[in-house]
Amino acid sequence: MTPFNVTAINIVWLPILPMIVIAIAAMVVLLAGVRINEEDSEGLGWLTLAALFVAFILTLGIVGQSGVAFAGAISIDSFAAYFELAILIAAMFTVLMSLDYAGEHHIPGAEYYSLLLFSVLGMMLMATAGDLIIIFLGLETMSLSVYVLAGIARRDPKSNEAAIKYFLLGAFSTGFLLYGIALVYGATGTIKLGPIHTVLASGAMGSNRMLLLGIGMLLIGFAFKVAAVPFHMWTPDVYEGAPTPITAFMAVGVKLAAFAGFLRVFLVDLTPMTGEWSSVLWVVAALTMTGGNLMAIAQTNIKRMLAYSSIAHAGYLLVGMTAGAGAGGAILYYLVAYAFTNLGAFAVVIALERLGVPSNKISDYRGLGTRHPLLAGAMAVFLLSLTGVPPMAGFVGKFYLFYAALHQGYVGLVIIAVLNSVISTYYYFSVLVAMYMQEGGVEVSRLSARPALVAAIGLAAIATVVIGAYPQPYIGIASNAFHSASGAEGIHAASLEP
Amino acid sequence: MGGGLLTALIFLPLLGALFILMQSEERAIWNSAFIFSLIPLALSFYLLIAFDPHRADYQFVEQYPWIPAFGISYHLGVDGISLFLVLLTTILISLSLLYSGGGDIEERAREFCFFILVLETGLLGTLLAVDLFLFYMFWEVMLIPMYFLIGIWGHGERIYAAIKFVLFTMVGSLLMLVAILYLVFAAREHFGRLSFDLPLLYEVPLTVTEARWLFAAFALAFAIKVPMWPVHTWLPDAHTNAPTAGSVILAGVMLKMGTYGFLRFAIPLFPDVAIEAIPLFMTLAVIGIIYGALVAMMQPDLKRLIAYSSVSHLGFVMLGIFALNPQGIEGAIYQMLNHGISTGGLFLLVGMLYMRRHTREISEFGGLWHRVPVYAAIFMLVMLSSIGLPGLNGFVGEFLIMLGGFLRLRLAVVIAVVGVILEALYMLWTYERVMFGPIVNAINEKLADLTTREIAVMVPVIALMFFMGLYPRPLISRMEPSVNLMLARVHIAQARLDQKSDRRRLATADRHVPMTDHVSQIAAAAR
Repeated sequence: MTPFNVTAINIVWLPILPMIVIAIAAMVVLLAGVRINEEDSEGLGWLTLAALFVAFILTLGIVGQSGVAFAGAISIDSFAAYFELAILIAAMFTVLMSLDYAGEHHIPGAEYYSLLLFSVLGMMLMATAGDLIIIFLGLETMSLSVYVLAGIARRDPKSNEAAIKYFLLGAFSTGFLLYGIALVYGATGTIKLGPIHTVLASGAMGSNRMLLLGIGMLLIGFAFKVAAVPFHMWTPDVYEGAPTPITAFMAVGVKLAAFAGFLRVFLVDLTPMTGEWSSVLWVVAALTMTGGNLMAIAQTNIKRMLAYSSIAHAGYLLVGMTAGAGAGGAILYYLVAYAFTNLGAFAVVIALERLGVPSNKISDYRGLGTRHPLLAGAMAVFLLSLTGVPPMAGFVGKFYLFYAALHQGYVGLVIIAVLNSVISTYYYFSVLVAMYMQEGGVEVSRLSARPALVAAIGLAAIATVVIGAYPQPYIGIASNAFHSASGAEGIHAASLEP
Repeated sequence: MGGGLLTALIFLPLLGALFILMQSEERAIWNSAFIFSLIPLALSFYLLIAFDPHRADYQFVEQYPWIPAFGISYHLGVDGISLFLVLLTTILISLSLLYSGGGDIEERAREFCFFILVLETGLLGTLLAVDLFLFYMFWEVMLIPMYFLIGIWGHGERIYAAIKFVLFTMVGSLLMLVAILYLVFAAREHFGRLSFDLPLLYEVPLTVTEARWLFAAFALAFAIKVPMWPVHTWLPDAHTNAPTAGSVILAGVMLKMGTYGFLRFAIPLFPDVAIEAIPLFMTLAVIGIIYGALVAMMQPDLKRLIAYSSVSHLGFVMLGIFALNPQGIEGAIYQMLNHGISTGGLFLLVGMLYMRRHTREISEFGGLWHRVPVYAAIFMLVMLSSIGLPGLNGFVGEFLIMLGGFLRLRLAVVIAVVGVILEALYMLWTYERVMFGPIVNAINEKLADLTTREIAVMVPVIALMFFMGLYPRPLISRMEPSVNLMLARVHIAQARLDQKSDRRRLATADRHVPMTDHVSQIAAAAR
């Protein structure tokens, strides 16, 4: 631990500068809300967007740096920057989707946007954590904000139900995580991630029971947050009940942050114990993919369908986690591909929600292809990307993930994964069927009057196609980002050689 | 270097598709779509002229790094195996668009033309890709427009048929993706570099077990596409419910992607296993021939009948491919082209009938000869080509396949000949029921004969049937070097297998002696 000196302080504050900006903005938004009519929240939305953008620019400054700050509590590396940038992008998209939505659905703007910013702060903390306490702190900051956000449509009973369910189950899972942290601390004598790795790598622990129990608890805690089977029960109800922009934010932002923590703990610092946890994760991955996909088939509500689809995608990501550090870059790439695709899909869902009576039935999409060809075309791009059809980002994501898992020798798991992709085709294509092959459906209200939403859909669609058709730079960024955290020798270091 | 000719060939249709999306006037859409399909047609004819018939390897090669992190390159090339399939694709796409503009597609013309042209990009890309990743990408891309063509413009159970088509194909292709990745890692182990380049992957040494599994994964993907019996069940549904242009392209070109996959990938990548699998595939091919013909005979629906006849015809193609000799394979490629032309022609003709009567039930017709003589005459010609009448194209292909098959496995050909007879039987019987006899159905009295546009669609089909039937030499001679190059790999594998089995025979002979001793001892003891 380097003692603090004047020059060091200048360097040390920089990595958390984006978080400071977010925190200040959150408080400013909350205070400004006192003076603003509840229904008229668009200005606060733009302010939030500006704060997120400033944080984004500041985060770009961290890219490529490495080290630790605050006595090892904060990691400075491209891994953290990668996740922070992705989280900020997800938040910016969420704000774009919320600008009209908040007003239309009588959502109190000040609380909404400030909670959004606080949850972003928690997510960024998780991404940049250097010890288990910061991970916990970030997780709680994020979760508590999102619990409230899920229930922020106060007059909607479904939203209330979502919030209370999410809170109860989330609190339970946090308990597991905290217990796991305590046990790992008890076994290894340190809560800092680097030193934990050193202790474990020395082999002194062997298979200490307290340590194993702690790792198991950590696994359960993270599995709750990423919605892995059998800890997924909350997902469909919460996704269905929460206001749709918040659903999008949960499906993308929360997942990004949870995977950031999951990856840093398991694929970087618990790597010496891989033998102990990877076989458990193998089973969880297989269950999550299969369970998510099978249950998605039966859904008639698009938000529930996308909820189960997000479970299935968590399953594919867990295939990568099972494969270990060699698949780190693939997981990072997949997360970003998944983020753009899902944000876009949820933005289309918002565009279709009727004023007052959001039914969100898949049958609402009937005839969309003829009535709104561009909207339907964008949705088709997102659905094809979720299915994994080239040249969309989802295809390259799956390809990269399966490629990495196969390289580690997980042939059986990859075969389960590709068969699951076939199953997923069925329900994703059922939306295509509704849009292009059936008549009827609902009218879309005032699409031209919602430029922000249209911009979100358009940008997501372009990103989905571009990072799919020409993935080379993003693959490089993703694998470098992972290796900045692990320094492990994976396949990427070798395969990136020209 | 190819100077971008193949890239232009693949992506001009896509450009046209995007251009059409911006149009709104229906006549303009059809015209511009047709013109955009003529450009790749012209380019493919230029390709034919500029093609060097004496070279066996890839021509007009283009290769650029695309995703170097995975060793993936944008690598295109054309050889004698793919050259004529490219031509078939461009010809049939143009004819389909010309035909569909004449009233067959009544709604959403813009989307229809868009999907047809995107499909052309997918098909040409699949044929021209020399990089396995690139191939796989186009292979998947061509699935989506066809799904929409069946699902939006189809008839009857169109949505069921479309999703069945996608799911069947996906199962095969995703397992093939796993096999591709496995193969690439095996190559990396051996060559020390990551590459999806086909010529390099040909040289990967594999253990017998590995090769068998990988061959199985590739063969399953291609067999579903062909489709071989018993994974053919998606085909009748897809064909019956697809719009005419969809059926023409599906039967004419898309099924060939399966047989092409065997020729380009499954067999040359794993020649040892392919040789082992000859009896299996010949058996399946013969079952397909007989089964397809028998089921076709019983169909009351004209389109379903032609769909099952495709199962039978593609059985012949598979028979020729797995003869694994020049005659068989050249015959198979020739038959792929024939089937594209004559079955494509038959689907067009049935479509013309459907457009007039909105039914395809054979029992609804009868005596059409009196009302629509031009139609009946053209139908006769195309049907005879499908049966394989000497002088028309079908005969050349079938003859070569029989010749090749006979050299490899006589029994298979003996049984397959029954299929030829059955085909003549059901085709002529169908013709009799539709065209001859008195007009029993009064509506048929008012049937109009072919329009100029429809005749314009059929003339190139008929011209090709005669040309390919009477003068096959220029086609065969261009295929020959590439086919021989591919077979050289099979011969090397054959020699390797012979050597191994000689050794094994010696080994078993050694073991044989003590075994008999042992038995005689037991026998003696018992006595």
